[in-house]
This record gives sequence, structure tokens and C-alpha cells, in this order.
Amino acid sequence: MTTAVILFPGSNRDRDMIAALTKISGRPPLTVWHTETSVPDADLYVVPGGFSYGDYLRSGAIAARSPVMDALKRRADQGRLILGVCNGFQILTEAGLLPGVLMRNAGLKFVCREVKLKVENAGTAFTRHYQKGQILRCPVAHHDGNYFADSETLDRIEGEGRVVFRYAEGTNPNGSINDIAGIVSDKGNVMGMMPHPENLIEAAHGGTDGRALFESALEVVEAA
Amino acid sequence: MLIRARVTVTLKNGVLDPQGKAISGSLAALGFAGVDSVRQGKVFDIELNAVDKQSAEADLTAMCDKLLANTVIEDYAVEIA
Repeated sequence: MTTAVILFPGSNRDRDMIAALTKISGRPPLTVWHTETSVPDADLYVVPGGFSYGDYLRSGAIAARSPVMDALKRRADQGRLILGVCNGFQILTEAGLLPGVLMRNAGLKFVCREVKLKVENAGTAFTRHYQKGQILRCPVAHHDGNYFADSETLDRIEGEGRVVFRYAEGTNPNGSINDIAGIVSDKGNVMGMMPHPENLIEAAHGGTDGRALFESALEVVEAA
Repeated sequence: MLIRARVTVTLKNGVLDPQGKAISGSLAALGFAGVDSVRQGKVFDIELNAVDKQSAEADLTAMCDKLLANTVIEDYAVEIA
């Protein structure tokens, strides 16, 4: 499986993501700088966390308009798997690859802690190694994770089973509507989530609940 | 011609504005008892070269739709001096 990580000025969770992808896929991911107008052939593209462009204007807004994103959109149209984590989720919504928006946390504070996630949809390419209703541990670290969409969009993504992860057991850290922590695109090949599965993949992290997400994507690609 | 414009971006009605709420609370703490609510927005002062005001306005509207505002949660207004 070939993976690729997209890098922006201000990305800072790219190293963790690269380490996770290397351990799980068996080879280091390709890295792609934001000025590129094409992206190399890969099975899974990841937009990592951080503070691209210092969160200027809106989180992810400037990164979403950079040249590499047009190339990534073409890969999305081809059905390639794309995962955005944290700032990556913000970038994917700003780029129009996922619906809705991530607003300032309702409590106004930067939140860095562990939350509980409930797997709402275990049928996606990213969650097939989980069980529906399973409760996961996962760290979050963000200031703008408050998911919002208008009621029509919300009804649509809820109705289509596109809410993949919800904050569970009263751990919603940011005021997200319907406790939404992660969603997929209409075709299911693009996923965005605020929590950091790449930070819970080996015993040294204190747990491995995030590992199955990458293993799911890997299996989907290998079966194809 | 050089056009000077001001773009104002505000949150749509009904969208939660925790920053505005915090500012409102802080104003109350300073003794401004009459403050009912605060909504925080953004202002962009833009100078651009355009053939006329009409084409500048079209450009500015496109800028808002493509970058300056996230129309999921924000409205905008373009004002040309």
C-alpha cells in the first residue's frame, strides 16, 4: 500500500502521521508539498493536523485554496481514500471535499485531552475493523473543532449514515452539533475527524484504539 | 481605476458565537449593563485596480464566495468607497 501525506506551512502532526503510516503500512509515506500541482499515485492520502498558515482567516481556509488541493480533489473524484485529521479535517471542509465547518470550540479553550468515541458507522473504508457502537479512546488537541452544518445538510449526513464517529459518554470537548467527531463524503472515500487516531497505535502510546482505522483502509486497498 | 472597498463578514443568524458571548460577558463585567448581545465579525479593507466600480464589485463578490467568507456560517457585505 502506498500512502502520501500532504504538507503545508504550519503542519505539525505530520511526523506522528508519517510514523503511524510507516509502522502500519510497512513503508514510509510519500510527502507532498502544498505548492505541487499534482500528487503522486497513492492508495491513501492523509492531510495531517497542525496550524496551516497559522490558522489565518479561518482554520484551514488558506491551505484549502493551495495548488495541491485541486490535485487532491481529482484523486477524490477517482475514488482514492483521503483522510483529514484535525487541521486536515478543517482543510477538507474548507476545500468543499466534506460538508459543514469546524468553528471555535464552544468553551473557547484549546482542548488537549482524551475523549471517548462511539463508532456510528462500521461499514466505511476507514472503520471496517471496528464494531458499530464500539467505544474507543482517542486524544484530541484543537481550538476549532466545533462541527456545524445547516439543518438540511445535517439531516442529509445523518440520514445517509455519514456520521462515522461521535463523542461518547459526555466527552464532547468542543460543542459539536450532534456530538459529531468524524464524517465521510457522499461516496465514502473521504473522511475527516478531529481526534488523532495516529497517536494511539502502539503500546507506548498507552493504547492501540486508533490502529484499526489505518488497518481498515489498508485492507480495503489491498482487497481492491 | 483604484477602488477602495470594505468587506464585512458576519456570522449568520442562529450560528453560535462563543467569542461574541465572551466579549458580551466582559463588557458586562466592565459595568456596561445595557449590552444585550455581541456578535463578532471581520472587516477587510481592500484596494484593487479595476476598470470600473461594477467590475470591482463583481470581483469582490467572487472573493467573498471563494475565500473571504465561509458561506456555511457567514454572510458578507461589500461596500465601495
